[in-house]
Amino acid sequence: MKNNWWKVLTVVLLLYTAVAGLLLPVPRLAILNETIRNLYFHVPMWFGMTIILTASVVYSIRYLRNPSERLDTLSHGFAQTGILMGIVGLATGSLWARYTWGTWWTNDPKLNGAAIAMLIYGAYLVLRSSFADEQQRARVSAIYNIFAFAAAMPLFFILPRLTDSLHPGAGGNPAFAKYDLDSNMRLVFYPAVLGWTLLGVWITQLSVRLTLLKQYIHEKQLA
Amino acid sequence: MQKDFRLEWRQRAALSGMLLYVGSTVFVCYLSFALRGGQLPVPAWNALFWIILLFTAVNAVAKGFLQESRGRQLYYYALVQPQAVILAKIGYNALLLLVLATVAFGAYALVLGNPVQDVPLFVGTVLLGAVGFASTLTLVSGIAAKATNSHTLMAVLGFPIMIPMLLMLIKISKNALDGLEWSASRSSVLTLLALNLIVGAVSYVLFPFLWRS
Repeated sequence: MKNNWWKVLTVVLLLYTAVAGLLLPVPRLAILNETIRNLYFHVPMWFGMTIILTASVVYSIRYLRNPSERLDTLSHGFAQTGILMGIVGLATGSLWARYTWGTWWTNDPKLNGAAIAMLIYGAYLVLRSSFADEQQRARVSAIYNIFAFAAAMPLFFILPRLTDSLHPGAGGNPAFAKYDLDSNMRLVFYPAVLGWTLLGVWITQLSVRLTLLKQYIHEKQLA
Repeated sequence: MQKDFRLEWRQRAALSGMLLYVGSTVFVCYLSFALRGGQLPVPAWNALFWIILLFTAVNAVAKGFLQESRGRQLYYYALVQPQAVILAKIGYNALLLLVLATVAFGAYALVLGNPVQDVPLFVGTVLLGAVGFASTLTLVSGIAAKATNSHTLMAVLGFPIMIPMLLMLIKISKNALDGLEWSASRSSVLTLLALNLIVGAVSYVLFPFLWRS
């Protein structure tokens, strides 16, 4: 129980996010209306994805410095969870866009950047599946992971800021900074970020454990 | 390093093949648009040009690692530093792409017309593009060469990484086509330079790890 306090924290935070996020008062803004509540679900996905992909890259770098099967499994697990969160982020954003912009998808730099980044990480999974030798797979995919991170992060943080965008937070649209003033929303938003990120870590821990157990059983059968 | 560069230069038999590839691609584009009889609108001209360059680059750079024999790689490995290898490869690929891009631009302008109003900026963009494509694709081809189905992987890995670069290139060259002021495209040029630097630096750092296996 001592080591699992953060799982309890995750459950509490996410319950709080769901209840408070749906029930607490939010500022009334034109067009956005109640969809502003998506801030508690869509935006934390991207925060969490960035944190989790960073963790994946850190494990990749550690793998290259000091190769071990465990580090490779961890890096792979984090990358998978990051991709999952990215897909959920795209889905929630798409739903939101349907009710505010009236379309599932538009040609916008932020949306396209996110989609391309998902393609880059999809290529990571394809790359992993096309090796027979395990050590080579681990090494090459660690290299590609670092390369992909360096190529994908400008897509999220630099390129969209250079151009106008329909997405909130750019081009004079109602942005985070505006309803930032409303401290009620902050009270839910930051716990939501923490909660969703911890959930990602939890998922990763489970999937990594499962993979490690499978490897263990496989080795036992061989022996 | 110079020696390494010369080693690369020696296996230039593929060059004439690539030149022919560029020429025939441009000609196919010309013929398929000639059917409609009209001139190409400027944005389409631009997009088509970069798509031709993109596919040429992927094909040209793929030869770098995929066609090398195991023995020769061992020979390089014993002879030189990995950093020298990647720098020489990037340099060679950049030059190769530059030659191919110049030829492509010449042939393209010849058959499809040349609407470029600011030629120095356009040529500068092509230069930046060649260097950027070379530094991205060299590492990707190194990665793909280790896997089993390398040729598919090359496209799958390379294209998404090149999209941001390609978008910037298309934007700048569109400015050059329209003859806008240089100040209009300065920030894009700087971003492109920064992207090239990031990709180049990451390849330089990561290649020794790839090389060792």
